[in-house]
Amino acid sequence: MSRKISFNCPVQAGDEDRYRIQMGPQHPATHGVLRVDLDLDGEIIRKCNPHVGYLHRGFEKLAEHRTYVQNLVLTDRLDYMAAMANNVGYCEAVEKLLAIEVPQRSRYLRTMVCEMARLASHLLWLATHALDIGAMTVFLYCFREREELLEIFAELCGSRLTNTYTRLGGVRQDVTHSIMMKLEKFVDSFPSNLEEYETLIDTNRIWLKRTIDVGTVGADEAVGLCLTGASLRGSGVDYDIRKHFPYAAYDFMDFEVPLGETGDTYARYRCRIEEMLQSNSILRQCIERMPPGPIIGDDAPDLIMPNKPGRKVEVDVPAQQSLIKLVEDRETFMEGDVYVATEVPKGELGFYFVSDGNGTPYRMHIRSPSFLHISALKTMAKGSMLADLIAIIGTLDVVLGECDR
Amino acid sequence: MQILILLIQIAILVAVVLLHVAYATYFERKIIGHMQVRMGPMLVGWHGLLQPIADGIKSFFKEDIIPDQADKSLFLAAPIICLAAMMVSLSVLPFAKGWALADINVGLLFIFAMSSLASYGIILAGWASNSKYTLLGGIRSMAQVISYEIAIGLSLVGVMMLSGTLNLSQIVEAQGNSFFGMFIISQPVAFFVFFIAMLAETNRVPFDLPEAETELVSGYITEYSGMRYAMFFMAEYIGMFVMASIGVVCFLGGWYGPFAVPLFPPIWFILKVYFIMFLFIWIRATLPRYRYDQLMAIGWKLLIPLSLGNIFITGLAMTLAQ
Repeated sequence: MSRKISFNCPVQAGDEDRYRIQMGPQHPATHGVLRVDLDLDGEIIRKCNPHVGYLHRGFEKLAEHRTYVQNLVLTDRLDYMAAMANNVGYCEAVEKLLAIEVPQRSRYLRTMVCEMARLASHLLWLATHALDIGAMTVFLYCFREREELLEIFAELCGSRLTNTYTRLGGVRQDVTHSIMMKLEKFVDSFPSNLEEYETLIDTNRIWLKRTIDVGTVGADEAVGLCLTGASLRGSGVDYDIRKHFPYAAYDFMDFEVPLGETGDTYARYRCRIEEMLQSNSILRQCIERMPPGPIIGDDAPDLIMPNKPGRKVEVDVPAQQSLIKLVEDRETFMEGDVYVATEVPKGELGFYFVSDGNGTPYRMHIRSPSFLHISALKTMAKGSMLADLIAIIGTLDVVLGECDR
Repeated sequence: MQILILLIQIAILVAVVLLHVAYATYFERKIIGHMQVRMGPMLVGWHGLLQPIADGIKSFFKEDIIPDQADKSLFLAAPIICLAAMMVSLSVLPFAKGWALADINVGLLFIFAMSSLASYGIILAGWASNSKYTLLGGIRSMAQVISYEIAIGLSLVGVMMLSGTLNLSQIVEAQGNSFFGMFIISQPVAFFVFFIAMLAETNRVPFDLPEAETELVSGYITEYSGMRYAMFFMAEYIGMFVMASIGVVCFLGGWYGPFAVPLFPPIWFILKVYFIMFLFIWIRATLPRYRYDQLMAIGWKLLIPLSLGNIFITGLAMTLAQ
């Protein structure tokens, strides 16, 4: 018994020559579950309306009922391409709120993992961006390099994507000799691998045709659209939190901030490629200058693990409760609010905390770059062609896990 | 009796070509795999040699889903039109001297007619699926075929002028058994235009806009499943084979080679066809995809003027030589 359903909707007046497409949330090129409502005139986009929220998990609300330590695992699930960078961003913010001093070695370690995450994220970006434009070989080449980084992550903290490597006041584990050897090997070979990608796509006429003058934003417009990260620097705005408001060990690092000029997709592509080389050089500096010392601050050990060595935890009390107990014992929770931004691969990731002196944040707000980048899509895609929209989504480097939180 | 022999010949040709299609996919997957620093199919059989057969069986037993809103009869017919048109054009290909099912005088025209007919299948598939992505894919395919059909036809006019015939066997004979007789030497521009238009005609990268997966999901085949989906792929691979064959016949001297192979004369033809197929695959592994308007610009502003100029110069040279 089949019933014929009619999907024939009357066309509204004035809309007769519009072709409406709902691109997503299940579309191969929307990098997750982004939905874009398009009004097409032929292949030209007349109206572009991005819709978010398909991956909403309520992290900000969830955070209000969990302690600062427990919230750390939520940050892994924001931008799962670069979980390390999110961990560092979160810890930097909480440490500022709780006034915890981080030892030098773990600041270097944080810088190191941040840059590794940046490389992993940019490699994945290059892979998917190239695949979106149709070059499928770059995709697999990039995954080859990213795999090496993820292997190092796995050796460092036991997991490849959701790392939870940093802790309040430091990091969880120290690096071993074999990790450093592997990283050094990677750092040595990476620039030549990057050249390989450049020969594949950078001198390719089709690639240039597909990226130059596509999704152009001027410097003022880019600031107005709240673009950050490489998407902003592609338009020539010199803004990099690592350089201008250094955190972790970035003020000891010697690196440049690559800037684009034209603000089109190609300029942003060049920016990110140059950024990968800079990250590589930061990694090399980290390896060479890694200072000895403790990896966790003196005033934060009770925030690391519920049953710290030498401390007796009653067996019948669940670990979680004992953790809350420990946090509640702490006297250094301040009242007030704090906003700390860090430079994650996608742009500026900010954590805003309001604390009422309790063990849990009264309010945690995440300023995620992807969310603001997606809202820029509306302006950038207008008047371009359908194929350009794919290139623009790729060049903005959005990840929906971070956008929807 | 003659009809019986012809039927047997047809059966052999179809069987060989279908097997070829199956292994062309394997060929492509292996080559692209190695170009992309991976292995390609490895599990079914030795080095994945039985993979095409496994794929065939799999798609044969899959459910054939017909969307509720689709125009049923056209939806069902579209892949058949596509595949049938492509298979029919095999009949005029001369694999070796005298190895053609139908050695007709308008062989070249016949092949163009059939390949245009196959694009009807694509357009109908796009339209009959009654889905937005498929319709866009169908429209793109229509525009692409119209513009590149002209370019590919005009590029071969030079060859027709030099050989004075449309019969494929006679075109090969006109080039003769020598390296410098090949029309690629005397018609390099035509070969260039033909090669690019050939990529567009078979919907291959960098002109695979009708099925651009990152833009249109899968273009006109989005709503197809099971064997009908596989039929589009078979049509595409036969199309590649036919177009490569035309290239070999018209520009690379057909079945002639450096020396004659006694027992299996088509060997040179097949090697040349596979060389062109390899180029197809190499390009697919390397190049990104053009945008729709850029594709049109290349077709109308570059290829068609080039081939028209080529016709003019060929005509001029022929007149002066007389």
